Amino acid sequence: MFGRMNRRYDVVVVGGGPAGLAAALGALDSGVSRVLVVEREPEPGGILRQCIHAGFGLHHFREELTGPEYAERFVTQAMDRDIDVAPHSYVTGLAVDSSGHRLVRVLSSRGGLATVECRSVVLAMGCRERTRGAVRIPGTRPAGIFTAGLAQKLLNLDGYLPGRRAVILGSGDIGLIMARRLTLEGCKVEGVFELMPYSNGLTRNVVQCLDDYGIPLHLSTTVTRIHGRDRIEAVTVAPVDEAGRPDAARAWDVPCDTLLLSIGLIPENELSESLGIALDVVTGGPKVDSTLATSLPGVFACGNVLHVHDLVDFVTEEALRAGRFAGEHARQIRRPRDAIALVPGANVRYCLPHTLSADRPHTVYMRAKTRMSPCILRVGNLLERKLRFVVPAEMIHLTIQPELLERFYEDRLQIDLLPVDGGGAP
Amino acid sequence: MYDVAIIGGGVVGCAIARELSRYHLRTVLLERFAEVGFGTTKTNSGIIHAGQQTTPGTLKGLLEVRGNAMFDQLQRELGFGFRRCGELVVASTAEEMASLERMKADGEAKGVPGLEMWGAQRLRREEPNLSLHLVGALFAPSAGVINPYEFAFALAECAVQNGVELRVEHEVQSIALRDGGGFRIHAKIPSGPGAVPSGPGAVPSGPGAVPSGPGAVQAVPDAASATCVDVEARFIINAAGVHADKVAAMVGADDFTIRPRRGEEYLLDRRLEGIVTRLIFPVPTPASKGILIIPTFDGTLMVGPTAHDQDDRFNVPTTTEGSEEVFATVRRLCPSLDARATIAEFAGLRAVSDTGDFIIGPSRVPGFFHVAGIQSPGLTASPAIAVHVVELVGRAGLPLVEHDGFNPHVAPPARFATQPHEVRQALVEADPRFGRLVCRCELVTEAEVHQAVDHGARTLDGVKFRTRAGMGRCQGGFCTTRVMQILSRRLGVPFHEVTKRGAGSWLVIPMAEDREAAMTEAGATTGDPAAGATEEAPCSDA
Repeated sequence: MFGRMNRRYDVVVVGGGPAGLAAALGALDSGVSRVLVVEREPEPGGILRQCIHAGFGLHHFREELTGPEYAERFVTQAMDRDIDVAPHSYVTGLAVDSSGHRLVRVLSSRGGLATVECRSVVLAMGCRERTRGAVRIPGTRPAGIFTAGLAQKLLNLDGYLPGRRAVILGSGDIGLIMARRLTLEGCKVEGVFELMPYSNGLTRNVVQCLDDYGIPLHLSTTVTRIHGRDRIEAVTVAPVDEAGRPDAARAWDVPCDTLLLSIGLIPENELSESLGIALDVVTGGPKVDSTLATSLPGVFACGNVLHVHDLVDFVTEEALRAGRFAGEHARQIRRPRDAIALVPGANVRYCLPHTLSADRPHTVYMRAKTRMSPCILRVGNLLERKLRFVVPAEMIHLTIQPELLERFYEDRLQIDLLPVDGGGAP
Repeated sequence: MYDVAIIGGGVVGCAIARELSRYHLRTVLLERFAEVGFGTTKTNSGIIHAGQQTTPGTLKGLLEVRGNAMFDQLQRELGFGFRRCGELVVASTAEEMASLERMKADGEAKGVPGLEMWGAQRLRREEPNLSLHLVGALFAPSAGVINPYEFAFALAECAVQNGVELRVEHEVQSIALRDGGGFRIHAKIPSGPGAVPSGPGAVPSGPGAVPSGPGAVQAVPDAASATCVDVEARFIINAAGVHADKVAAMVGADDFTIRPRRGEEYLLDRRLEGIVTRLIFPVPTPASKGILIIPTFDGTLMVGPTAHDQDDRFNVPTTTEGSEEVFATVRRLCPSLDARATIAEFAGLRAVSDTGDFIIGPSRVPGFFHVAGIQSPGLTASPAIAVHVVELVGRAGLPLVEHDGFNPHVAPPARFATQPHEVRQALVEADPRFGRLVCRCELVTEAEVHQAVDHGARTLDGVKFRTRAGMGRCQGGFCTTRVMQILSRRLGVPFHEVTKRGAGSWLVIPMAEDREAAMTEAGATTGDPAAGATEEAPCSDA
């Protein structure tokens, strides 16, 4: 029930975005009945609420939905199935009592500072955007510099334009979506500038958001200076060499009143860190086993807090699983420990989960370090699959069947992305 | 007519305002920005110097040591962030050790307490992360770190509570001598979209506030875009920082010039907390105390500042060269510091006068007092400067009659984030707004934002510097719209008129209005919602 928060649950989910809602439903599927979703915003739905463009659900629902439509399907199910959602509420801490119950500290204006008891916790806090400080752009500090997501929130939820003439730094998906959105609302987008020699967004977004609107994408180019006293007036941009060093001699100024930053997302793991949960330095998210359990017993993680996804459909799939395992844990169903470590090899930036077992099929997610076309995906000596191409911006997923692992007696399974002989590895 | 008008609401002007508020006087503090402390103060390194580094025999040297000793009491009264962490001036050669010995003797002669020479061994034991090539240090235990903006806010609030009138967004345009004595100050106030509403009530007046009498302030409707007001006062104290020479020239008291000297600072990730526990200085040069490592009051590490003269008094950029200079220098002191740990960078201007010392006292125009050239150690000296200048104005004929009702205290803001569970519980029970989170990185609640507005915040930056909302890892990604909504409600202005830090620093454009504007207007500048506020207003001189 929306707005209800009792003192005792089977599973408490931290975050009511797409991951949190799916995790809550997954927990119900596993047979528990008392599930709470703690959401800091006034209503559930997470970042999808401001993603009013279409393109969601192609994998999961086999139809094209907008962000709010995609979220609504889960919110409706959650309400129909009597999941409690505590809005305007924030988890400030977590402890374990002597009987093994988890005590979740929840701050809310209605309930004050409440302690909720449960058996399992699912972390689904999502991610946040990297800021100017992270990329260290010299210059003044005027108004008019926004992360792309904040600009999207201002425009789509609050009804305000961030400015009239914008430069976008970084070609992440939110930046690409915002280039189109701003153009449609009458804001001139001067260009998207990307430090890397390739876009960090999905190819379909480069085509549909930039190419279709004649917005230039400047690859291997970055913003080197911000100008303006009270409000931003211009940026200096410059091409960069292979090491990412700007070439001042070829720099030019772009007048603008707005700079949007779409320079990457970081899993939001301050809570996890405060709990002492082991994190993966590459993903920025918790280390998890094949049940998506973190290093802290009874605490699970899924969605963008675990690793940054590019499609919400995969968030849903992962979160349903995490919720099911969290529910099983609440019902005191224990599985044997995973026996196999899954490790990234050639051209694999990371792969998840960190460990596998041989008793059931596993969905494995991974990202490439660099573009490779065509490419061979090799899982130890168990499996080889030819892929047309891999790029860092597009997550690769793979199902490993238990039959393969039954004959695997080692404790370490490596995943490689290898060039096809004669193929075009850079 | 006011008895005293202080021009400039930096930390020095605010300290003078509070000092004057001890007496039966009508005082006005004029500040060009939307809030006090938004100029040099906000970008200050935040160090309360011990005093051994300043040349003996200077006014600077005298007021620095005096000022330092005043901070414990000030902290108890005003509740700003301040901690005496001590400082180390570190030497890498025998010659530098010799000059530290001389510095120690100079400092002791000036009365700097507790100075100690440390050898390499002691230094290594106390600060194990410093470079191994350092041979020793001079330790000064009375040095400290402070949040300079909190200090300025508290001083101004205390002054207002004791009757001083604060007028923000009052940019002094000209000053005329009145027939029969005193001055008429002509100031520009902004109006129109993008401007923060100005005038009395900027900071809620305390019980002892003096209402402005008839004739004290006249609004002169000027151009459509700006309004000017006249403020009359018997005495003027010019604390206009980097603009002090321009203000002095308005009355023909141009006895000096100010050349701004830019300093860049780099704030490092909280993970580095504890790498050093004291302020780390190199051996100073005549131009500057050098580039330092500062363990800030809030537990972050800051490195800087650079020192480069510039003519521009408004644009204060950070630069690639500045960053390289800072990190190359501090890495010689502490090799594990890395530019990649930077989370924020900013720059500020020091008001460097051509005399090399503070310029404090009467000018050649009777009734017009200078408090100029207040560069380092100006923050440390500021409370002593205030006492000193009030004494001088008193000698020049301002009657200093103490009033019994002077309240030296302001209530320190309640900080939810730093409270233990039980206190948090009590706070939420007392005020449910403590249960609504506004900034998730720094755990700032709605109650604290309201409290900041109660205490004078009127802009996004004003809330940020009072509550830390927006200072954390996401740098305002989460809290910006929440803070804007509260400011909009509390200030009674539309959402889109909330600014980052006052006139010209607009944040958003309402969409419906924009569609209309986009259809009817072609040029980029005509559509600028802040055009009215940024244009040079055709204010006529009085």
